[in-house]
Parts: sequence; structure tokens; C-alpha cells
Amino acid sequence: MFAFTIRRIAQGILVMLIISFLCFTIQHAIGDPVRDIVGISVSAAEREALREKMGLNDPFLSQYIRFLGKAVRGDVGMSFFFKKPALEVILFKAPATLELVFVSSVIIIFISIPLGIYCAINPKHILSRIIMGMSIVGVSIPVFLTAIMLIYIFSVELHWLPSYGRGELVNIGGWKSGLFTISGIRHLILPSIALSSIMLPLFIRLIRSQMMEILETEYIKFAWAKGLHKRRIWFIHAFKNTLLPVITVGGVQLGTMIAFTILTETVFQWQGLGFLFIEAVERADTTLLVAYLMVVGVIFVVVNTIVDLIYGLVNPTVRIQGTR
Amino acid sequence: MEHLLELQNIVVRFALRFGDLTAVDDVSFTLDRGDRMGLVGESGAGKSVTGFSIIGLISRPGYIASGRILFEGTDLAHLNEEALRNIRGNRISMIFQDPMMTLNPVLTIGTQMTETLQAHMDITDEEAAAMAVDRLRMVHIPSPEKRLNQYPHEFSGGMRQRIVIAIALLMDPALIIADEPTTALDVTIQAEILDLLLELCATGKTGLILITHDLAVVSQVTDKITVMYAGRIVEMGSTDTIIHDPRHPYTQGLINALPGSRHTGSRLNQIPGMMPNLLTIPPGCSFHPRCPFMMDICTKQAPRLKYYKEHERQISCFLMENQNKGSI
Ligand SMILES: Nc1ncnc2c1ncn2[C@@H]1O[C@H](COP(=O)(O)OP(=O)(O)O)[C@@H](O)[C@H]1O
Ligand SMILES: [Mg+2]
Repeated sequence: MFAFTIRRIAQGILVMLIISFLCFTIQHAIGDPVRDIVGISVSAAEREALREKMGLNDPFLSQYIRFLGKAVRGDVGMSFFFKKPALEVILFKAPATLELVFVSSVIIIFISIPLGIYCAINPKHILSRIIMGMSIVGVSIPVFLTAIMLIYIFSVELHWLPSYGRGELVNIGGWKSGLFTISGIRHLILPSIALSSIMLPLFIRLIRSQMMEILETEYIKFAWAKGLHKRRIWFIHAFKNTLLPVITVGGVQLGTMIAFTILTETVFQWQGLGFLFIEAVERADTTLLVAYLMVVGVIFVVVNTIVDLIYGLVNPTVRIQGTR
Repeated sequence: MEHLLELQNIVVRFALRFGDLTAVDDVSFTLDRGDRMGLVGESGAGKSVTGFSIIGLISRPGYIASGRILFEGTDLAHLNEEALRNIRGNRISMIFQDPMMTLNPVLTIGTQMTETLQAHMDITDEEAAAMAVDRLRMVHIPSPEKRLNQYPHEFSGGMRQRIVIAIALLMDPALIIADEPTTALDVTIQAEILDLLLELCATGKTGLILITHDLAVVSQVTDKITVMYAGRIVEMGSTDTIIHDPRHPYTQGLINALPGSRHTGSRLNQIPGMMPNLLTIPPGCSFHPRCPFMMDICTKQAPRLKYYKEHERQISCFLMENQNKGSI
């Protein structure tokens, strides 16, 4: 397990290096750090002097190494619009997005697992057919449409839930959280349902089909022949094996989910990273865009590494190979 | 005295989209305590379905259409699910064909053993572990205490089959149904596993139904043989009489096909033709298209399984009936 962990972490670092290189290339090609610092009302000669001083005329590779060295220390440049370090701006907005993704993931896990298992063990039941039918409809509706429908029904018509903003927040060591107030939670409901709506049908279908396949295996037949209770067979013998492919897909789909936060946050005016990203695009705030990509890259790599480690815990074969 | 197991006219069907398919047709046999019976026949003859019907685990869409399965006096064919569950792995246990597929890859050997005990008895984890170690020792697994925390992939195929046998022995069952237990193994390991089965059944009062397509395996281990063809029993009697003096043309064909049989030279004598698909079973005796002694009546009428005193066994063939009457 230890060697396995080390290998996964090394892979994560490699992926981060590649992401940082891509980010730097983008910044190098379209960004203008001089403008970011002094604005546009400065003479050409002064700008050239500043370029030279900032090392912007150095070879590409040495600039990249300098960029990397700073990035490791948490410095990815200044945001042109906010006139603040880009990372600071990002970290200030990150809790909103992370809480949205977290609540959506919880919704996905707690709904897709029971429904997927139910459909797998009662494939012919009318309820299973309804769930499967709805999941087909679910995957084919775009997120922004789901979001707008939710707002129309629950905010405009019924007045049950708020449709924009995060509501009342609690500051916990610099982390502004909406999870601890009634208002914060009410504001979270619609956006997180909208965000989970793309992944939920997919996971129900995945869990169902994996579990149905597992239920046909010899080891499940043997478990029946041992006289085990059906609950043990379903929830321990079959489900544990079903989890393996689901964990893998889950790690990959997290990237998709982060991409969809951009849409969701825009519709719900959710002050998170996705919203910030759209604003940065509109303002051509290159440094902020690059910082966004880097931070999302780190989140993605960290989560995938954790997912792989969980996979290793569930699957004994991986663990053993890792120790060799 | 009451038999350990008595199948009475068991018919198993599969409900398929285009109609029912009869996989086991009117099968009856008895097994007494400590008996070892071989169930033989070509692949698709209905041996596994017969075996699984006993513990009510025929795969969907199969079902027992009629007949009774009396086991220690109760009819398993009409027993409720919970009572059946309590018999599985307890009074009747099974051994499967491929030990690489039989054990759950994500659970330890210890878990897979103790859960079986705890499904049938109210005992602590420690007591269950002690019993598991005892059974692993019975099947000659070295240092069994250390094995409990290992996963299936840490064992070879032969070792895994020993573990499966140890699981089958956990509750001291009255009957073990072994479905092709050596087919997936190397030849040398096959012999070891057969020796082990024989050793375990000879010491206890455990009955054994050994399902196999390999007559050589059956002749080593069993004292009784039931030969099946296309879902029906064609010949049934003591292993000795059947191996040395097969009477049904199909059994004769199976024995001639054995390497080293007295009828063969250097090559294998396969029975010509193939066993019919269950959907296209010919009228009359289902074996007649492949039978070297086929008569007119065989194409029109199905023979019945009858006891022939002079042959000391049951046979389902018109040849016997004619000999009996001294006609032709
Ligand atoms: N799940 C199933 N669905 C439909 N038909 C089946 C199924 N399982 C078995 N059968 C039918 O039953 C016949 C006997 O199968 P089986 O008992 O497995 O043969 P064998 O003698 O090789 O063990 C097969 O030829 C097949 O036609
Ligand atoms: Mg079989």
C-alpha cells in the first residue's frame, strides 16, 4: 500500500507539471503582465524598460522555470481587474464552488447507490422501469435548462426557495460557509440539484449495470449456495465489487462536474470559481484565468489521487501489486 | 429406512421467450447416507441443472415444473426460501467447477468462511475462526491460521479448490454436490483433489453427488453412476457393473471414448454426431440418431427407464426390452 501511495502521488505531481506548462504557454502567448501591473496609460519606452526588468524578454524555458518556482510558493501573478494576487482572489471564491460540488456529490452518492442497487436486484419491477426511463430523460436535458426549470417552479411559481446568491454565510477561519445556516442551505438546494442532475442518471445506470453483471458471477452463485442471507449477498458480496468500476468513473466524472459548475454558477449567480471564470474571460484577465486552471488542476489531481487510494483500499489485488 | 435424498420425477424447465424448454425430464434417483454417486453425460445433458435444482438455485428463468425432492424427509421442491437458505451450505453444500471464479475477490478467506458459519449458527467471530482453521487443516492447507487474512488471488488454483472444499465442509453437511470439481484444474492437481474428496467422504457419513463429463473421474471416486442424455437418465447402477459392462449404447459409447479403454486402439473413439439441442430433441428415443443399434421403434416411441434384474441396474433402451422377451 505504501509503494502504491508513493507511485500515485508521483503521478499526480507529473500531471501538475504538465498542467502548469500548458498554463504558462497560454499566459505567454496571450497575457500581458505589464498591463496587469501598470495599466494601459504608460509610454512604450517605459513599458519596454519594465518588460526587461521583469525578465519578459528572457528565453521561454527560463521564464517557465521562474513561473514554476513562484507557483510552488503560491504566487501565480496579479489579477488585472482585482489588483490583488490571483491566487488570493481564487481562494476567496473557492469555498462557494467546493461546497456546491460537495453537496452535489453527496446528493449523487445518496440517491444513485440505493436506486442503482434497487434496479439491479428488481430489474423487472415497474419502479425500476420508471427509474430507468426517467434517467434516460435526465441525461438528455442540458444543465442550464434543468436550472431554469427549477428556478421557474420552486422560486417563481411556488416561492419556496431562493434562486440566486449564497444567502447568509458563517466565517470559519477564513472559509465562508453556507452549510451552517438555514438561509445558506436553502440557497444551496436548487444549484446543487441542478449540478447533480447531469451525473445522477449516469451513476444510477452505471451502478445498475455493474451490479447486474456481478450478480451473474460464479462467486455470487457460490454465496447463495453457502446459504448466506440475501442482504449480505447484495450489500457486501455484490456491492463491494460493483464499487470498483464506479469509483474509477466517479474520479473521472468529477472533472466534468467542475466544468459544469461554470454553467450552474452563472445561472444561479453563485459567487464561486465558475462565476469568476466567466467574469475573467469577459475582462481578459489572463492571469486570473491561468490561476483558475491551475487551482482546478490541483483539485482534480488531489481528488483523483484520493479516489485511486480508496480504490486500492477496496481492491486487494491493487494493494498487493503495490507492495511488490 | 428413509433415504438421505430422493428425487421423484423431477422436471426442470426454462421459461424462454418462445416457450418452455425442458432441461431435466422425469429424473428420479435415491442416495443413502454416505453414498457417492456420479452424475455423468456430455456437456448440456442437464447434470448441473439437476444438481442446482436440489438446493433451489436453478438460474433464472429456470424452475422446477413438477416432481419432489425429498431430503431428510422434507420436500425441498416446495420449501419456502428461508428454510431452503438454512439448508444450503449447512446440510447440503456445493463445490463449483472453476476455483478461480468461485471465491469473492474482495473478501478475505476468513470472511468467506466465518460468514458461512454465522449464517447458520449463533457463534462469535473467534469460535467461527477456530472452526475455519480446523476445516482448512482438514483439506491440508499449510499454516491455516495465517491464511484467514489472505485474499483469493494469493492462492493457486489447486489451493483455492481446497479452500472451496473447506467451505463446503464447514457445517458438516450430509450431502456435498460437486459440479465438475476438477475440470478446470491441471491433471496432477486433479488427482490430488479427487483423493482429497474421497478421503473426506470415506471418513465421514457425507453423501456425495459428483457431476462430471469424465467417466474416468467417476470410476475413481463413486460407488454408483447415473448416466444422463438430453435431460433424461439412460442408465443407472453400481459403478463397477456400469464401467465393466455398460449396457446402454450411449454409456458404451462414453466408455469406448475413454483413452485406454479395451475397445480402443491408439485413437479415441468419439460417439458420432452431437447431443441434440434441447429445442430439437428428436421424437422417440433422443439418442436414436447417434445409436449404432437403432431400430424402427426407437424413432417412434421413447423407451422407459426400467430395472433389469439380470443386469442389476436401470436402463432406458428398447434393446433390453427385446432381449428380455427373447424376441427379434
Ligand atoms: N440459464 C439458462 N437459460 C436457458 N437454458 C439453460 C440455462 N441453463 C441451462 N440451460 C439449458 O439446460 C441444458 C442443460 O444444462 P446443464 O445442466 O448446465 O448441462 P451440463 O450437463 O453440461 O451440466 C442446457 O443445454 C441448456 O439448454
Ligand atoms: Mg455443467
